[in-house]
Amino acid sequence: MTDSKYFTTTKKGEIFELKAELNSDKKEKKKEAVKKVIASMTVGKDVSALFPDVVNCMQTDNLELKKLVYLYLMNYAKSQPDMAIMAVNTFVKDCEDPNPLIRALAVRTMGCIRVDKITEYLCEPLRKCLKDEDPYVRKTAAVCVAKLHDINAQLVEDQGFLDTLKDLISDSNPMVVANAVAALSEIAESHPNSNLLDLNPQTINKLLTALNECTEWGQIFILDCLANYTPRDDRESQSICERVTPRLSHANSAVVLSAVKVLMKFMEMLPKDLDYYGTLLKKLAPPLVTLLSAEPELQYVALRNINLIVQKRPEILKHEMKVFFVKYNDPIYVKLEKLDIMIRLASQANIAQVLAELKEYATEVDVDFVRKAVRAIGRCAIKVEQSAERCVSTLLDLIQTKVNYVVQEAIVVIKDIFRKYPNKYESVIATLCENLDSLDEPEARAAMIWIVGEYAERIDNADELLESFLEGFHDESTQVQLQLLTAIVKLFLKKPTETQELVQQVLSLATQDSDNPDLRDRGYIYWRLLSTDPVAAKEVVLAEKPLISEETDLIEPTLLDELICHIGTLASVYHKPPSAFVEGSRGVQHKRLPARAGSGESAESPEVGQSGTSEAPPAVIPSQGDLLGDLLNLDLAPATTTVPSVQPSMQMGAMDLLGGGLDSLPGVSHRTEMQSPQPSSDYSERELGGDIGGSPSMGAALGAPAAMPAALSNAPAVGGGLGDLFDLGGGVGMPTGFYVAPKTLFLPAMKAKGLEISGTFARRGGIIQMDLSLTNKAMSVMTDFAIQFNRNSFGLAPAGPLQVLTPLTPNQTIDVSLPLGTTGPVMKMEPLNNLQVAVKNNIDVFYFSCQYPLSLLFVEDGKMERQVFLATWKDIPNDNEAQFQIKDVHLNSDAASNKLQGSNIFTIAKRTVDAQDMLYQSIKLTNGIWVLAEMRVQTGNPNYTLSIKCRAPEVSQFVYQCYELVLKN
Amino acid sequence: MIGGLFIYNHKGEVLISRVYRDDIGRNAVDAFRVNVIHARQQVRSPVTNIARTSFFHVKRSNIWLAAVTKQNVNAAMVFEFLYKMCDVMTAYFGKISEENIKNNFVLIYELLDEILDFGYPQNSETGALKTFITQQGIKGQHQTKEEQSQITSQVTGQIGWRREGIKYRRNELFLDVLESVNLLMSPQGQVLSAHVSGRVVMKSYLSGMPECKFGMNDKIVIDKQGKGGTTDDAGKSGKQSIAIDDCTFHQCVRLSKFDSERSISFIPPDGEYELMRYRTTKDIILPFRVIPLVREVGRTKLEVKVVIKSNFKPSLLAQKIEVRIPTPLNTSGVQVICMKGKAKYKASENAIVWKIKRMAGMKESQISAEIELLPTNDKKKWARPPISMNFEVPFAPSGLKVRYLKVFESKLNYSDHDVIKWVRYIGRSGIYETRC
Repeated sequence: MTDSKYFTTTKKGEIFELKAELNSDKKEKKKEAVKKVIASMTVGKDVSALFPDVVNCMQTDNLELKKLVYLYLMNYAKSQPDMAIMAVNTFVKDCEDPNPLIRALAVRTMGCIRVDKITEYLCEPLRKCLKDEDPYVRKTAAVCVAKLHDINAQLVEDQGFLDTLKDLISDSNPMVVANAVAALSEIAESHPNSNLLDLNPQTINKLLTALNECTEWGQIFILDCLANYTPRDDRESQSICERVTPRLSHANSAVVLSAVKVLMKFMEMLPKDLDYYGTLLKKLAPPLVTLLSAEPELQYVALRNINLIVQKRPEILKHEMKVFFVKYNDPIYVKLEKLDIMIRLASQANIAQVLAELKEYATEVDVDFVRKAVRAIGRCAIKVEQSAERCVSTLLDLIQTKVNYVVQEAIVVIKDIFRKYPNKYESVIATLCENLDSLDEPEARAAMIWIVGEYAERIDNADELLESFLEGFHDESTQVQLQLLTAIVKLFLKKPTETQELVQQVLSLATQDSDNPDLRDRGYIYWRLLSTDPVAAKEVVLAEKPLISEETDLIEPTLLDELICHIGTLASVYHKPPSAFVEGSRGVQHKRLPARAGSGESAESPEVGQSGTSEAPPAVIPSQGDLLGDLLNLDLAPATTTVPSVQPSMQMGAMDLLGGGLDSLPGVSHRTEMQSPQPSSDYSERELGGDIGGSPSMGAALGAPAAMPAALSNAPAVGGGLGDLFDLGGGVGMPTGFYVAPKTLFLPAMKAKGLEISGTFARRGGIIQMDLSLTNKAMSVMTDFAIQFNRNSFGLAPAGPLQVLTPLTPNQTIDVSLPLGTTGPVMKMEPLNNLQVAVKNNIDVFYFSCQYPLSLLFVEDGKMERQVFLATWKDIPNDNEAQFQIKDVHLNSDAASNKLQGSNIFTIAKRTVDAQDMLYQSIKLTNGIWVLAEMRVQTGNPNYTLSIKCRAPEVSQFVYQCYELVLKN
Repeated sequence: MIGGLFIYNHKGEVLISRVYRDDIGRNAVDAFRVNVIHARQQVRSPVTNIARTSFFHVKRSNIWLAAVTKQNVNAAMVFEFLYKMCDVMTAYFGKISEENIKNNFVLIYELLDEILDFGYPQNSETGALKTFITQQGIKGQHQTKEEQSQITSQVTGQIGWRREGIKYRRNELFLDVLESVNLLMSPQGQVLSAHVSGRVVMKSYLSGMPECKFGMNDKIVIDKQGKGGTTDDAGKSGKQSIAIDDCTFHQCVRLSKFDSERSISFIPPDGEYELMRYRTTKDIILPFRVIPLVREVGRTKLEVKVVIKSNFKPSLLAQKIEVRIPTPLNTSGVQVICMKGKAKYKASENAIVWKIKRMAGMKESQISAEIELLPTNDKKKWARPPISMNFEVPFAPSGLKVRYLKVFESKLNYSDHDVIKWVRYIGRSGIYETRC
């Protein structure tokens, strides 16, 4: 056979010749001619002019010729609908042929001809074929219903084909069942709400039986369909899982992946303490590993899916690190995916091996791969603290290679390591600075500039370095410009004397010569800050930065759950929901994982243990480039107030005056404990370097205590956005933030020679603040304010001086927020929350005492892991348990838990037994004491029962008071 | 589902184009050519999305096969299908080449019509397909009604891989245990990763519909039996059993039975097929140990010494041994001395290739080489790719042993004893590398 000759006819007048040949009497010649036509069609020539002649050849005994003519018809019928009618008769006749192969061929082809008039004629033959005695015809007819539905959905419904199709699910032949399932699934996708695929335990049973008998492809159709089913309870779920697991040993990877999908989905419903749950987890690992010995393209699909599975259930593959080691001959797409998974699986146990591998990879040839490997080393450092030192030294070795892109990549990750472990590795800055000139990528330049700005005080020639960048300011990319602006402002605040010119230069470049609104805005904000209040500027710009998260590039949990429902499909390869790449209605439905079965538990009770999967998932890093979004959605950065050097005299004065009974003032700078509420939401290591200095400070500016009335500064805790930025008055914070009691009178004027002090306490974004109103009821001006605390139970101490910057004139009231630290001297007070305060002004020293709510000391990371909770609860002796009644609370348990969360009382789990909700809660105090609580809420009963367990039982009483306070306000 | 399937030659010319779905237009053919085949950069992914259309491709020699879709298809299935398509074509006309595809384009269209319906893969077992896609078009008319229904019931049936009525005068079967042993070793001789991926390939020439049962020294099975038998037995067989990490089976094997009883029972296809694949990682016999020693003498010279040791029974012979020692790109000359076999520096491959025809177990051989380097100002250090090895040994490095393969055919008058059975073990090197 030398059919290739058909591809080579290119002479002119071809169509005429073909026409003649097609009309030839000789069968052989006809067939040759049709072959030529098909060959021309394949290479893209228009042979539609031959339509009538080709269709004339249709009436033939020769099956091969017939198939060729059909092929032609399928291609051109749409462009010549009137002529296509000529073929109908033959089709109808063929559907009655005694040979089942011909009957099937006819119905198969007819379904592919998208001409209305033909579809009308299709209905009768199709109806017959759906009930044909031969399974081959039935399985073909089943698919034909889907074809017809694609052309004319209404017709299919009107003709009742859907019911016939449903009946085929009970067909005796497994392949008919499989095709019927495939067709129904497809039709159901375009009718999201129809109850077409009416999956019930009976049909599921039929499908599972057919699963054992049909072809590999049929098994895929059935498994994919099963994955859409939601079992009624955990028992049904388990029994389906049991019948699906054997598929994990199938030679066809797609069967395996579809089975994995079903198992991953149904597993959600199984109680975790079930033995079978553990067995199932163990069974999943080997087949996933085996997928990696498939052909590279399938490996790629498998790896993309494993990436999802590892995020959803890390326990499955945690011991299989080695199989993800990159092989020298792997295609690049396999290498990159493996690297991703390696980082996800990296842990303290295997970090040494991983690092050794990554070091090898960093010397490979492919630039992308090497970059990713270098980046991975940095991510290991951030993820596994014990390895940080080795990672840093490996990175330094790599910088020594002087390979341009390696150096740049290394600098970008080192910036993140600095962020994660402050004051630990700064000794390498000198080495980094040596490579300043070789940086040509924006990200690396931005990272380097950030480092220079952040550590300006340690780099002697920081000003020269930054100045050198400034020369080409307008040619830099935005992230570099933003970063440069911030860095120079930082430098100015650190070394004001030498850098005044520089800062003016950059501010004018940013505000006057730039078209970029982000840059201009940031420039103006700095400018205004610097010109109005340099001290505040310092607090803002040099504020301590929130920690960066360990895990990066995580897929957002709801998307992850959706993608788990799409294992094996394109969505899982792209890591995007189908709606992102599929047009029209298909696939737009969002799939969801089933909820765990059980007695109305909205979360698991602590008894169920098992950490890892259902814990609050780490928040996700915003994607790069979303600068504005980042800028606006920042958390309130915990503002650390350093003692401003501007007012040393006052400090000294306070010392002199208060020296007696009180301890000396906090030395240099007391930092409040840093707990950014959602550490991971701020930065990824890939994130714009530009944000690092500037934007958290914006948040801090809002919460900055100094010059803002207390009532207003309550607002900006989380993401108030631009509104907050400029509309300070109307700021809206978290809906349920920390409850701040109204101010009470601490010191009456008559006791303090005219000075009246009232105040309250608040905790905002991890910072404890004492909000004070100072009123001058005397006749003369008051100045030189200072404050000091006596030793107290939790070491509360002012973290900065009392910022009363202007003299207090008669009848004037000033509102001041005093940040407090918890690192002061400790002495047990009676009552526990008693605080003795001394305030000094130019007139005298005054003493008063007040009581603070204990919730002031509840830290933001007080959410205990379930298992730990369970263990701790058991561990604490029962004698330490205290019970309280909280009366008259008209909240349901969820609202209560929400409200409490605002005060850092975290609900870890909720269990419902007999209409009584039991909330398990944990609290951590600044001094590390854990308080565990169980709150019982009975529906309809406004009285709550609270049991508190703590190793230091004396706090229970005060914790209870906080509950009261929070719940009732 | 799959919307269309295209086959291109290396220049990007279309050889076969079959569209199954209306949403795939003619421009899709060109989109793939322009964006993937003619792309300037190396292909970075086997799945490409161009203008909301997804392309899956595989390459066989210089032929591109691409499946196209606009839907959220099962990606694993599409690739499995493309591989299957290659298998089917190979079974029909041999190597997949431009020549063969052009010569058989009518056949290929016929196959594509049969094995893919509206983008849904249908029965693609060559054995079944060959009964009715024959390229002798008239045959259809000469078949009897029984023949026809036999064909259709086989194509759609439970045992789609075997037809009824096969007869052999001599019932015979061949079992090949083919293993590839993979190793990554550190320069210090520490095993970084090692695994065996094995296949059991069966050639069966058996009459009728024989029911077969295959047994091997699977640890789980042996341990289970050991419990029932005497303790002595268990101790003896326990040593010889192997732990299988995972295995997959040809679709003829009853998976649910394997899952519940761990017994491997099946009705085999006729002729050659792959019964199972497996993977082991424990107690692997590493047939060779490579001990590298690389010394840099100044900037222009490298001294390399490599010792290989064979680690199996002295009575066995390894064959086709080849050691590949990579050399730097700036190598100007190489002097090699080896005790055994032949060694050559291949400049085009940047490697010294040392070949030994045969080597018995528990032996040791050595090669030393002096590599002259051209001085370069390239700052980047030589990456030192690992030393790789190829070989073939007449045993299974995983330790797998075939215990039995029983054949039952109740309807015909031959029994298990009448079947002539052959078993062969071949262990080959997979990726067998030692870093230096």
